[in-house]
Amino acid sequence: MIKGLAILSFCFLIGMWCGALLGSWLGIDANVGGVGFAMIFFLLLKEASVKKGLWKGEFAFGIEFWNKLYIPIVIAMAASLNVKSALSSGLLAVLAGLLPVLLAFWVFKLLIKKLGTP
Amino acid sequence: MEELEQVLEKNGLIFAFLAVGLLTWGTDVLSKKAFSSKIPGSALAIFLALGMGYLGGLIADGEQGLADLPVFKGLSILGGGMFRDFAIVATVTGASFLLIRKSGWIGFISLILGIGVFFISGVALAWAMGYRDAVSLCTLGAGACTYIVGPVTGGALGASSEVIALSIATGVVKTIAVTILTPLLAKKIGLQSPESAMAFGGIMGTSSGVAAGLAATHLSLVPYGSVTATFYTGLGCLICPSLFYLLLSTLLGV
Repeated sequence: MIKGLAILSFCFLIGMWCGALLGSWLGIDANVGGVGFAMIFFLLLKEASVKKGLWKGEFAFGIEFWNKLYIPIVIAMAASLNVKSALSSGLLAVLAGLLPVLLAFWVFKLLIKKLGTP
Repeated sequence: MEELEQVLEKNGLIFAFLAVGLLTWGTDVLSKKAFSSKIPGSALAIFLALGMGYLGGLIADGEQGLADLPVFKGLSILGGGMFRDFAIVATVTGASFLLIRKSGWIGFISLILGIGVFFISGVALAWAMGYRDAVSLCTLGAGACTYIVGPVTGGALGASSEVIALSIATGVVKTIAVTILTPLLAKKIGLQSPESAMAFGGIMGTSSGVAAGLAATHLSLVPYGSVTATFYTGLGCLICPSLFYLLLSTLLGV
């Protein structure tokens, strides 16, 4: 269990480090794509360990657990968002938060149609 | 009663497991009985959690929704950035590298398209509401991207704290809107394959909103949407205060 978890943690930390380095290299005070890098590293290590036959039983369970914990984490996140101030900050915040989203849904639909992806 | 409260406050994270678990239990039953599984239980749970976040804000008058009540403080640990990002990486378990590489360019196009759409429409709305200076307009347009891009841009350009607060609120409304609308509209807009999820993550960008919305739609889409969405905020922080600000101030003739 802990071995799988260790692999996941290793990829996460290295990925975040890359994101932080890229951020400071670009001169902005933010982590640029750290999670994205971590996901790519983890994906590569995963494919490699599947090939070597490591990916089974206890080893996979340590990672699977966190995969399954994802939705509960999102629920907890939703409950700890500042919903009240978002809705009470006035009309502009609500409009500028909502209308572009509707527009983006429409743009997405056009893009998918154009690309013809299934 | 006082003892119980103390125990719950001391073991906040554990109590958060219990609270979220009970909520999920309830919404799973609700989804089956009341909506004949048409609306997934997880979408109901996320929606109810947002409602509770609102109530928590009303009662405690803080900035973290329900987690401002001492008993529910654990929710902000469980739902905090560290666990969220870690679990997002773990969702890769169900993804394939080939697919991500194959649709990499869709992700790139959608990122550019997404930041453009949100920034421009955010600026247009701020203009319609009476803002005329490039700094405020740019900050509010950036806030329409995400609640991180807004304050980063505002801070870099020296916007007023009122405008920065407004840009954060805008970004949070966006996150909530994406969370709620994604599972409702997914079928209609053709969001069902890994490729389309990658494009979706790039266009919508708010990593929490995209991930929550996709989780409520189909768990297997989460890693694809997240892998592009995680680049959105960084890219936004990069081009909003620089390229977009220059374009805006040139357009306004300042």
